[in-house]
Amino acid sequence: MIFLRRQGPLLVTLITGLVFAAQYYVPHPASEQMLTSVTKWLQIIGGFALVLGVSSLFHVHAAKIRRKEAGWGYSFVLYVGMLGTIALGFWSNGKEAIDGTMTAFGWIYNYMMVPLQGTMFAILAFFIASAAYRSFRARSREAAVLLIAAVIVMMGRVPLGEYLIPISGDLSQWILNVLNASVRRAILIGVSLGTVALSIKIIFGMERSYLGGGKE
Amino acid sequence: MPIETIIGGWVATGLTLFIFSFLYKDNPLFKLAENLYVGVSVGYTIIKTYDTVVVQLIWKPIVENGEWTLLIPVAIGMLMLTRYVPKAAWISRYAFAFIVGVGSGLAIPRTISSFILKQIEDTVRPLLTLIPGEGVTFTWSLLNPASSVNTIIILIGVSSVLFYFFFSVEHRGPGKVVARTGIMFLMIAFGAAFGYTVMARMSLLIGRLTDLIEFTDPSYGRPSLWLAGLTILTLVVMARRSRSHPPEEK
Repeated sequence: MIFLRRQGPLLVTLITGLVFAAQYYVPHPASEQMLTSVTKWLQIIGGFALVLGVSSLFHVHAAKIRRKEAGWGYSFVLYVGMLGTIALGFWSNGKEAIDGTMTAFGWIYNYMMVPLQGTMFAILAFFIASAAYRSFRARSREAAVLLIAAVIVMMGRVPLGEYLIPISGDLSQWILNVLNASVRRAILIGVSLGTVALSIKIIFGMERSYLGGGKE
Repeated sequence: MPIETIIGGWVATGLTLFIFSFLYKDNPLFKLAENLYVGVSVGYTIIKTYDTVVVQLIWKPIVENGEWTLLIPVAIGMLMLTRYVPKAAWISRYAFAFIVGVGSGLAIPRTISSFILKQIEDTVRPLLTLIPGEGVTFTWSLLNPASSVNTIIILIGVSSVLFYFFFSVEHRGPGKVVARTGIMFLMIAFGAAFGYTVMARMSLLIGRLTDLIEFTDPSYGRPSLWLAGLTILTLVVMARRSRSHPPEEK
């Protein structure tokens, strides 16, 4: 039983890890078919992971409503929004539009989700601006470089900026395509080395935190 | 104009203004819109996942094409749900082990190929270009990311940033110069990312304001004006109430 609980999952990880690492080097149609199938499998299994996440959200807000904690009314609003969207989604077969006509689910998407999402992210513009005003003073050489790069990119992305500083458009493109690309590339190489190291540790059972706690 | 469009205009305007009211201060109208956003987003994700996974990936292939092997990932997915039964929770480890094992196995060769070797290959490019009619040339154009001068700049940027994050060697002497160059490249990239993000958010803000202007149209019943007045009035009333009844200190 201990083997099934502890070594069994590690064995599954070892075998699947080695098989799918080797798959890359086998250019046979059967190998390609195996990759296509497992990609679909992962999508299906991922769907079940959503059940875990959503049920956790359900529990947290249900407990708030049951105990009538402060702000329980907002949890009720959350429930109404979620269950209403789910009901209309099933009613519309999960489609926003059928034959070019907007469904009730499409109405929710267009007149509730899009404005809410857009405004949530739009107000960040104000907070970023105020944070920049407070902390963006050129107190060191590095901060000055950061400030100048930000201003050039901002100016280069709007017609008014290009009108005021004609070179800002080209300069902005150069910063994004050359200087920014080189940094992104270096970070990507570093992150990739870390990913490979972590994957090797997981496959060989040196990293086990993904198995979670609970009874052994 | 269809009635659902008019109602939609009123709802979209109201929710937009409720979220914007947070710029004044945290208030019940914002909290209402915020929780509604979470609820609607979760509901939308559930429906989309149901449609993609249950209908398109499981039900239709099994019923229409007889792909019974798809019951294997369904069974593995079901193992995850044993998390709800404390005594059987360990069974869910098999589902996680499968996902993580496959993910790690797939990641190793693909990451090495696409994100390490390919990136190094693109960084270490020939400095001289063969242009038909002109022969071998060193190109100075800054605007062309593939020019010779940009190749040198990219090489310096990648090497210096990688060196800056390499802590096995103390950054002294020439190493300090290289690390400082890496910091400068990083600062420029952070500044560019900041500027880019600000402009993206500005674009969203312009989109929301454009909608609010559109909804001042009489054909919608001028929801922007009515609801802006109502929101401001509500905030004023709430501010007065909280001033006359200050919250008790715990």
